[in-house]
Amino acid sequence: MEIDDLYQTIILDHSKRPRNFGELAPPFLKGEGVNPVCGDAVTVFVRPSDDDRVVEIRFTGQACAICTASTSLMTVQVKTRSIQEALALEQEFLAFLTRNGESSPRLGNLRALEGVKKFPQRLKCATLGWHALEAALRESRL
Amino acid sequence: MLALESLRLEIVTVSTHFLAGQFRQDFPILDQQVHGHPLVYLDNAASTQRPQCVIDELCRYYRKDHANVHRGLHELSARATALYEAARERVAAFLNAPSPDSIIFTRGTTESINLVASAWAGNVLRPGDCVLITEMEHHANLIPWQLAARRARARLEYLPVEGDESSINWQLLEKRLAGSPVRLLAFTHISNSLGCVNPAADVCRLARKYGTLTLLDAAQSAGHAPVDVQSIGCDFLAFSGHKCCGPTGIGVLYGRPELLNTMEPYQVGGEMISNVTYESATWKEAPHRFEAGTPHIAGAIALRTALDYLEGVGRVAIEANDRAFGQLAVEKLAEIPDLRILGPRKERTGIVSFAIANIHAHDLVAYADQFGIALRGGHHCNQPLMRKLGYHATARASFYFYNTEEEIDALVAVLRSARKYFG
Repeated sequence: MEIDDLYQTIILDHSKRPRNFGELAPPFLKGEGVNPVCGDAVTVFVRPSDDDRVVEIRFTGQACAICTASTSLMTVQVKTRSIQEALALEQEFLAFLTRNGESSPRLGNLRALEGVKKFPQRLKCATLGWHALEAALRESRL
Repeated sequence: MLALESLRLEIVTVSTHFLAGQFRQDFPILDQQVHGHPLVYLDNAASTQRPQCVIDELCRYYRKDHANVHRGLHELSARATALYEAARERVAAFLNAPSPDSIIFTRGTTESINLVASAWAGNVLRPGDCVLITEMEHHANLIPWQLAARRARARLEYLPVEGDESSINWQLLEKRLAGSPVRLLAFTHISNSLGCVNPAADVCRLARKYGTLTLLDAAQSAGHAPVDVQSIGCDFLAFSGHKCCGPTGIGVLYGRPELLNTMEPYQVGGEMISNVTYESATWKEAPHRFEAGTPHIAGAIALRTALDYLEGVGRVAIEANDRAFGQLAVEKLAEIPDLRILGPRKERTGIVSFAIANIHAHDLVAYADQFGIALRGGHHCNQPLMRKLGYHATARASFYFYNTEEEIDALVAVLRSARKYFG
């Protein structure tokens, strides 16, 4: 089925058992993403180290399998990276999904979301967590 | 991953027990494959499909009769105007409205309600006045009142949704109306998410007793049951053409003419004026006062064809058909484990919203689509209601008289396989 490209095993796994799920004790940076089409909402919590690395990242919220899995995979890829690297990874991921960007090894298991290219109506689902992360990380610049 | 390619859905026979046996073939769009499966269109609450005669009428009008209406003095303009005004008369007859002057053509239910919120409430509400709606309203019958109340510094109050079946306790209404004046009560006839039918005539009678005006959101009822504005007794009523086999972009606001003629216009410009100077303008009477600019002429004319078609099917028959489908769907869906259905168990129409534990509605709808089944997923423009009921997102199947019993079975089979796929 075409939809198998979207709901690959790793996606279903991360949606049923999301990694880094739950709230973070303060202090943290926080960013929220809401998809007005379906009402999905995710909140991303980040605690950067003194040298601006993402040492702690967690997320909460209610969302579809694609959104949950994408956000879970995101937390795994982003953890221990610098804030700069995390934001660059976001751009790379968005390009990968929308502009036929190269799928570099840096994306890791995020490449399992390649199926979204065939289902453009799910793009917002796949990127919602990333927008929330960006909002959280930009908070650090204030 | 299970091998689900073996799940083939075959819509072999059309049940003659339901109306589809007679009328399904009138809808050419239903005869197609989606992702290799026959289309099973269960999103009628979002929009219904057009019978061939409505499609033909749109083409015929543009091929033969189109010109701008009302002010032209040539043959085509005369024909177009006659057809447009005949469509207005037809809508009046469809609603058993006392006169075509009570029928305003709009873009749809949303615009109709915005029209009342702007042209009536906008000019009439005073600080401290009260507008009453229910907690089950579609955003189109909720947000215009929030805005109108905020602008007028008036109060917006809600009749609550209560209980396992998420219904309105209409017994509370009299107490509220007797307590302090309510300027307007706006409520839905049939909920687009819960599938319940509100007792419109009883509610309007009660409101009238206390001098409260009423607006009935008939988006889900006008094409599904006889709707008689005189026996219901509402002051305003709104519905959309595309939810009753008509074109998109055309809808109706019914209003009592004596009320409409007290109202300032909604949109201003050409067509709705009597005399214009550089300093001022005078308005036409209703309904033309509320139809600025060139209307969706073809839409109104094809809407008339749709209403004629529906009368041919029989609105009483459609109502019974809807109820039977609603009941059947609830019975069959109730057999699926971990599936909860919103709204009434028994007294419901053919709109069924449901949630399956651990499968997000979005994923469910995407999965069903793979098998040609069109559902809707999300909050169904009922965000506050869904939040109150504790549902993050739900899926919705909504039926119309061209759906078959086999299509319910197809839905159930796909939902069962979805539980395995996502389980």
